[in-house]
Amino acid sequence: MNIRSQMSMVFHLDKCIGCHTCSIACKNIWTDRKGTEYMWFNNVETKPGTGYPTKWEDQTSYRGGWEMHKGKLRLKSTGRGRIIANIFHNPSLPSMDDYYEPWTYDYQNLFNAPEGDDQPTAKPISMVTGEYIDIEAGPNWDDDLGGSPVYGQNDPNLEGLTEEQKQQLFAIQRLVFFYFPRICNHCTNPACVASCPSGALYKRGEDGIVLIDQNRCRGWRSCVAACPYKKTYFNWSTGKSEKCLLCFPRVETGQAPACFHSCVGRIRYLGVVLYDAERIEEVAALPREELIDGHRSLILDPNNPLVIEEAMKAGIPESTLKAARQSPVYRFVKEWKLALPPHIEYRTLPMLFYVPPMSAVTASYDGKVVNGTSEEFFHDINDSRVPMQFLGNLFGAGYTGKIEYAMRKQKAVRWYRRALTVGDIDMETAKRILHEADCSIEEAEAIYRLTSLCTAEERFVIPPAHRETAIEALQDPMTRKQEVGFGFMSGPRRGM
Amino acid sequence: MSNPFGHLELLLFGILPYTAMFVFFLVTIIRYRVQTFTYSSLSSQFLENQVHFWGVVPFHYGIIIILTGHVLAFLLPEQLLTWNSIPWRLYILEMTGLVLASLTLTGLIALILRRKTIHKIVEVTTTVDWILLFLLLFQVGLGIYIAVLHRWGSSWFAATMAPYLWSLVKLNPDIGYVVGMPLLVKLHIIGAWLIIGFFPFTRLVHILVVPNPYLWRRTQVVRWYRNWRKYQASA
Repeated sequence: MNIRSQMSMVFHLDKCIGCHTCSIACKNIWTDRKGTEYMWFNNVETKPGTGYPTKWEDQTSYRGGWEMHKGKLRLKSTGRGRIIANIFHNPSLPSMDDYYEPWTYDYQNLFNAPEGDDQPTAKPISMVTGEYIDIEAGPNWDDDLGGSPVYGQNDPNLEGLTEEQKQQLFAIQRLVFFYFPRICNHCTNPACVASCPSGALYKRGEDGIVLIDQNRCRGWRSCVAACPYKKTYFNWSTGKSEKCLLCFPRVETGQAPACFHSCVGRIRYLGVVLYDAERIEEVAALPREELIDGHRSLILDPNNPLVIEEAMKAGIPESTLKAARQSPVYRFVKEWKLALPPHIEYRTLPMLFYVPPMSAVTASYDGKVVNGTSEEFFHDINDSRVPMQFLGNLFGAGYTGKIEYAMRKQKAVRWYRRALTVGDIDMETAKRILHEADCSIEEAEAIYRLTSLCTAEERFVIPPAHRETAIEALQDPMTRKQEVGFGFMSGPRRGM
Repeated sequence: MSNPFGHLELLLFGILPYTAMFVFFLVTIIRYRVQTFTYSSLSSQFLENQVHFWGVVPFHYGIIIILTGHVLAFLLPEQLLTWNSIPWRLYILEMTGLVLASLTLTGLIALILRRKTIHKIVEVTTTVDWILLFLLLFQVGLGIYIAVLHRWGSSWFAATMAPYLWSLVKLNPDIGYVVGMPLLVKLHIIGAWLIIGFFPFTRLVHILVVPNPYLWRRTQVVRWYRNWRKYQASA
């Protein structure tokens, strides 16, 4: 056993309102420099939708993540031998067109335009070339199902859905969507790290945050191609790659990352989980249907004396173990099994988990009243407007079992609370539903508490970083704004 | 050392090489220590993905093999002459060289056109890039010209250039080997020294940081802060 601790995350999709506050908080801190304008370390996608970069989940064309080859794990894009031949031109690298060309507006024209019959407009200008451009798409062009025939219907997660289900998803009165906020998953088996020819990408031993050493990055671009979530980005100005750093300067000082901190819906949870690093490769190579269970088994019980003993041996401080015992992530993922990893079939073992969203049930409208399709409580889940298979493709490696379990439990907690506070159904029924959903009353109360009434301290359980002697601790974080990352001593520029 | 040759020739073939090598080592080391961040291939594939392939791939494969050939001829001149002593082997070598050089030139021209015409790429092209591209174009073009006009270069290189270069290595430059060369060859030699001297100021430094440990390092990289601190303390 080789125990490591990891700052792990849960996003509760049922609470996400799609306000993009997280994206803006992140953008203003990290990616407002030249070359990074197009980067969104945090972005919020509408599902069904094609996302950012366009259709990033389609790994037949992006070739991100891992695949099994003759019983062994290998990178889909360019591993080991293949990088030698492909280092000059990476065949799997997306280009800026797959994201979007960043732009600003010619605001001066509003003031300087000669007098005429028409209102002057602020024409869009490319932030790369400085020329006028026609905007064709942006990072969130399909927000709230905008342009569904082009975007929503091309969502790779629609695979395996029946024609009827697909049509229902976009039928006017049954149409439904939910939000999918994404940051770097700080994976346990990161494809970006494994792909870097220079060894510039690394996972921090103490907290598992995945970073790029800017001084060591040579711009070989392998990480961009290898990350199946497309969360490493190439800075076209400095010729170096950059990625989400989980705001480690904030985490080290006990603050939640900017996107977590600013989240209006309070959907984000941050906490320590302990995992067994020795089993990473074994778990990542499991058959597809066993991946979620395997991933869960990688995460260890912080209350188990044996685990504690091993963790102490591995040099994990007591304060981190204490945080692990209070970790909201551990509860959501392991105890309650409510949170699931996104696209675990990419085999990077992500450390960001999602509580799948509830949605309205399908109903028919006869011109006067809306009729629900079901009388049974649990049928409602399979009758959700978002088909189970769609959620299964996103969070279940293509299988729906774990999703149904999580949805049932969420639903049961709601019925239980409804019996308590509204009182229109009796407690006996609520208890029966809880029992059927594999949920005790204590658990239901705890889920309710951590979902609805959670304070910042309950959502973000950040252990002290024990970096009292670190150089970063003595610096004002803002002194490094507009530069490359934190603690970097010279400004970003291209070439010598 | 008395100098039976002209001052210009001494300057170009006797002094320029040392100056170029001095600048090369001094600047690459200083740049690596002071401006580590600037060591990058400065790839522009992200901005333009199509022409890039037709430029970068032939150029790199061509130039790498051609340069390796030059270095081998410098290191093993006698073996090269033995190889060339049978005509068909000489023809194969010369033809391969010519094809690869043409490949390099094709790629280089594609890269120059790409830098000139595609607006996003123009944006990330500096004066240094242009000087370098034209030095390379000059050098590769001359190389092909020489291969065609002054045939069997692999043999006469081994007989004249290798001893000249070795005399430079031995710090006892004997420019007698090169002063009698045709003008084109002389220009090719001067071009080589200019590129070596200019090398550390350009993106060519990415050659020095080719990812050699990748093939045998562990798949996943983990850095421990506690180790780093130990390292900092000992340094």
